[in-house]
Formats: sequence, structure tokens, C-alpha cells
Amino acid sequence: MALKINMGEFHERVEKGIHNTFMRGAVAGAQERLRTRRLEAAEELGNWEEWRALGEEIRQHTLENLDYYLMQLSENVKKRGGHVFFAQTAEEANDYICRVVASKQAKKIVKSKSMVTEEIHMNAALEKLGCEVIETDLGEYILQVDDHDPPSHIVAPALHKNKEQIRDVFKEKLAYTKTEKPEELALHARHMLRHEYMTADVGITGCNFAIAESGSITLVTNEGNADLVTALPKTQITVMGMERIVPTFEEMEVLVSLLTRSAVGQKLTSYITVLTGPREEGEVDGPEEFHLVIVDNGRSDILGTEFQSVLQCIRCAACVNVCPVYRHIGGHSYGSIYSGPIGAVLSPLLGGYDDYKELPYASTLCAACTEACPVKIPLHELLLKHRQTIVEREGKAPISEKLAMKAFGLGAASSLLYKLGSKIAPTAVNPFTTNDRISKGPGPLKAWTDIREFPAPEKERFRDWLKQRGNE
Amino acid sequence: MNVTLFVTCLVDLFHVNVGKATVELLERLGCTIHFPEGQTCCGQPAYNSGYVKEAKEAMKHMIRTFEHAEYIVTPSGSCATMFKEYPHIFQGDGEWEERAQRLADKTYELTQFIVDVLKVEDVGARLEGKATYHTSCHMTRLLGVKDAPFTLLQHVKGLEVVPLPNAHNCCGFGGTFSVKMGPISEQMVDEKIQCIEQVEADYLIGADCGCLMNIGGRIERKGKPIRVMHIAEVLNCR
Repeated sequence: MALKINMGEFHERVEKGIHNTFMRGAVAGAQERLRTRRLEAAEELGNWEEWRALGEEIRQHTLENLDYYLMQLSENVKKRGGHVFFAQTAEEANDYICRVVASKQAKKIVKSKSMVTEEIHMNAALEKLGCEVIETDLGEYILQVDDHDPPSHIVAPALHKNKEQIRDVFKEKLAYTKTEKPEELALHARHMLRHEYMTADVGITGCNFAIAESGSITLVTNEGNADLVTALPKTQITVMGMERIVPTFEEMEVLVSLLTRSAVGQKLTSYITVLTGPREEGEVDGPEEFHLVIVDNGRSDILGTEFQSVLQCIRCAACVNVCPVYRHIGGHSYGSIYSGPIGAVLSPLLGGYDDYKELPYASTLCAACTEACPVKIPLHELLLKHRQTIVEREGKAPISEKLAMKAFGLGAASSLLYKLGSKIAPTAVNPFTTNDRISKGPGPLKAWTDIREFPAPEKERFRDWLKQRGNE
Repeated sequence: MNVTLFVTCLVDLFHVNVGKATVELLERLGCTIHFPEGQTCCGQPAYNSGYVKEAKEAMKHMIRTFEHAEYIVTPSGSCATMFKEYPHIFQGDGEWEERAQRLADKTYELTQFIVDVLKVEDVGARLEGKATYHTSCHMTRLLGVKDAPFTLLQHVKGLEVVPLPNAHNCCGFGGTFSVKMGPISEQMVDEKIQCIEQVEADYLIGADCGCLMNIGGRIERKGKPIRVMHIAEVLNCR
């Protein structure tokens, strides 16, 4: 999977999402559960706003000093016997990973969930090399088994599937014979995967937070698969976006506290694993060789711009879980592996406006995302900045809209024009008006009246009434 | 108390009754209403569509128009929020940033003004029936006015106010979103109406004409027996 999910035009994807009744039920249910749990976890921790402010400060500080911390991280990884590779592009990252894999003559690779490896399309590059890449997170595993169905949520990638669908996929592809009970399904996946860990040549993981002071990587999981991926194969490759770094353990602890609560409403996930370099003498497990691939892939272009705060993201999906638009259209409608509000901000930055120009408009600017974000990314303001960029710099706005806005600008900035315009409005729309209502509007009103009634402008404006009454 | 009314373009043109109710209500509470004739629109339609240059022209006009007000009161959480955003939008633009700040500092949404400035919780209103209240997003999340409408509604005689399920979800208006993303907006407003029906409310009350136009327009189209009222109209019922 690359950043882009090829599933037709935006409006077709939305149409498909809206008509997927099962998916919408699943998303609505998950949103309500996760939102409640997140609020309860925040309440229990106490002083949530102070925690958020601290989270924001840590992320901002790290981004402001990113070059310093990346250098420190890189030096410390090397000191502990690991290898570091800075990849400017997806291709560079994949080339390096393929080189490492080829040098080990590896055939089987086990992988623990990582959005950045999806983003750079790493699996395809490795498969081209003749390797078998096995996803080991249950959600990712299900999607992989189901002919690489794209993820629809950054934390719960198979959110759009129900247990009956998963049972059928397992029956068809994995010779599964039992029922749709989640325990039985999970047990089957576990049996299938256990053997793979034992026989894999290379383990590949993502990285929640790299710790600069020690050269460690932190993995936050609930299934324990990341521990097996990193403990058993002889070679470990960890791939991280260049911004996913903290200065010290102290900041890691704060961000993990925010992450687990915001993502799933848990105080801690079942496993929070910190790994530092390859296996050292006297240690019982861990890889013989450790590679850290730090991926830029468009991120440094965001640094120093008005969009920099999007790099504060810790991938908790709290914004996705409160988004009323995501609720009705689901993750696949975004056409990107990053969906929801964070996806609508990030995808155009990483993938360009040509593919993602609709996403900044797929929001009512209700600010539920901004309110939920544990590191205070002003998501709805960034969506607005995208709109501004599309209009002013990209020139991609429709001409009719430009003209309408031009007229608005003139009218709203001049009391004379406003008064004139508002005076003639009732007459102008008179042909379309019945009983003070417009049911089939012309031009831009059509899209409104396709769904709702529109009130006709009143013959006596408020200002006329007030004047007659004698107020000034 | 001298109150300068920013009535909003939607009220001026489409919901005159909301404006009338606002004036009568505030006068009953002892305010003297001033209405600068030059007022137009807060600029939000252009600003939220990315047309900042056009929006700023409207904003400057509004700053000039309301320069001499003591208190600016508006029956819209969203338009009040826009006024509050002006200093942020004019940041770094010396003179205008200062003038925008002065405007923002004296701007109040109607219910906020009644409860926080006039210190009134019971306006002496009466309305028989069962109502639910739509907490509009800008007013709740950005302006931070959460309790004032409920405080005032609680004291309306004869009115039973029941909580709206999933009240935190947007109604699907979002200005141009409602026409640009029609099919999504439709799903959102339909879910909102289902929630209103679920609590069997006679009235859907709100403090923003944008949301009310959306929810009300859809309710009318579907022929549902729910009456949509602005909170100013409710508080002006005797």
C-alpha cells in the first residue's frame, strides 16, 4: 500500500462509503466507545488540559530542534552497534531496506504495524525482491489475507470489517473451519503467525517514539506481536518518520501517557517496549543486527511552514474517532492510508493537491478534531490554511466560486452594496419562491435545495423593521 | 446599558423574527439598543472558503462600523466566534490587529451576554412543551459558551429541556460545506434529526441561524412535526 489508495474519484468513494451500511454502523459504534473511553481516561488522569499543553510543548520543542535530536539519536544508535540510514524519499528507504534484506538472503519477513512502511509502499518493494512479507498485527493480517484490502483507520485498520466477513476471509484463504467468535478467529491467526515468527529471517517494525538520548525505539502495542518480531529474527529493521522522536525517556513517558489514553482510552497498552540496538553479550534475545531507517518523504518540506504543527501528530486517531464526516464516509473515502482530519491535513502535504484537493473541504470546521488532539494540533485551522493555499497559490478553485467570493468581498465591505443587494434579493429569487420557501433553487442554491428547503429573503429586512420602530 | 447589536446577515435577510426577539428581549432586560446601519457580514463565508483577502475587506469594514460600541451583542455563536478570531487573522498587521483586539474584547454572544454581563438567569419567559437544544460547534468549542443557553432555558416556565443524544456531533452545516459536500451533509443532518426524534421533542432550539437553517430546512423537507426556534425567540415568549 502506498499513501494513495486507488479507489476512484473522491465523490465516488464518498458515495460508496455512505451506502456501506455495515461500515457506518461499525464506525459509529467504535466512535462512541472510543470517545467515551478517552474522556474517562482523561478524567481519571486529571488535569488533562495541562497534560495536553505539555504534550504540545514537547512536540514543538522537538520539531524546532529536530536536526539536533536526529543527530543525537543517530550517534547513540551507532554507539550501541546499530546502523542508521537517512532516507530522503520512499525509494531511498525501500532501496536500503531491500539491500539489507538481500544481503541476508532473507526469504521471510515478519512485520509489526507501521504506517510509514505503508506510506513508502515497502511491502511491494520486498515482494518484488521475492520475499514473503507477513503482517503480524491482527488487523493488518486480516487485511493482508483479504487480498490487501486497504486500511480504513490509522489505529484500527480493519475497522470496516465485521467478524462474519473476517470468518469468511479466513475460511477462503486460511482453511479456517470454526465460527465468527472473535476468540476463535484470533486464536487461529495466532496459530498461523506463531510459526512465521520462528522461521522469519528479518523483523520489520515501525516506531512510536525514538529516544534521542539513548538511541532507543519505543513500540506501543496491545497484541505482543511487536515483541516477537523484534526478539526472534536475526535482523531487525525499524522504519520511522523523521519527526517521531523525543529527547529523553521523560518526554517519552508523557507522550505515551497521552497516546494510549487518546487512542484507546487505556492507561497503558499491554506492551510498551523500549529496544536499544542489537543483542548484546549476555542478553537472551534480540536481533544480531539492528537497522534504523529514518524517512523524510516530504516531511522536511513541511518544517518551517505554516503546516509544521501537523508533524506534532503522535498517530493516536483521537481526531478520527470524533470526526462527524469520517463517521459517515469511513476511511477509504479519503483515498489515503491517512484518513480522518489528520489524513485530510497530511495527505495533501505528502501526496500533493492533485490527488487530495477535496480533502480540506471534507470538513465542517466543527473543531471536534482540534478539541480531541492530545498534542493540540489546530487541525481545523490547518484545513482552512489548505483551502487558502488552494485558492491563492494553487489557483485550483472553481471560477464560479471565485466570482461569488469576489462579489461577497465587495458586498460585505461596502454598506451601500450590501444594502442594495439585500433590498433586491427577494425580487431576484421571487420566481423560485412559493409560500416564502425555495424548494428548487437556481445556481448555487440548487445543491442546498436538493436536500433542504431554503427560506426566501424576507421582504422587510430586520433593518427596515428597526428603522420603522425608531431605533437608530 | 448600551448594547450595539450585530444582527448578522442571516437574521437581517432571512430570520427577521430572531432579530426582533433579540431587540425586545434585551430592551426588556433594560438595555438600549444601537444598530450601526453600516453593518454587513462578519466575513465568515469567504474566510472559511479560503478567500482571506476578500474576507479581510469585510472584516475591516466591520471593525470600522463597530469601533465606537460599548458592548457588541450578536444572536449567533458562530459570528461572535468570527469577531473573536479577528485579532488572530490580523496578527502582525499593527494598527488593524489592535483595532481587531478591541472589537473582539467587547463582543458577546447573546446568551453569554445575558448571563455573564447582565447577570440574569431568568428572563421571565414562558413556553409550553418539550424541547431539546442543539449545541452548535463554534459556539461551544471555539467561543467556549457551553452553559449559558442551558441556564437560561432552565428558567423558561412550562418548558421541559431534554438532553440531545450525540449532541457533540456537528449538524452538517459548515457554511459552504452544506452545498459543496451535499451528500455527506445530508447524512449528518439526518442523523441529527433522528436524535431529535429519539427524545420526542416538540422544539429544537439553537443559538445559530446557520445550523438552524440546515436542520430546519431538512425538517421541513421531510415534513417532520418539530418546530425549530432560535433561543432569542424562546426567551422572548411570554
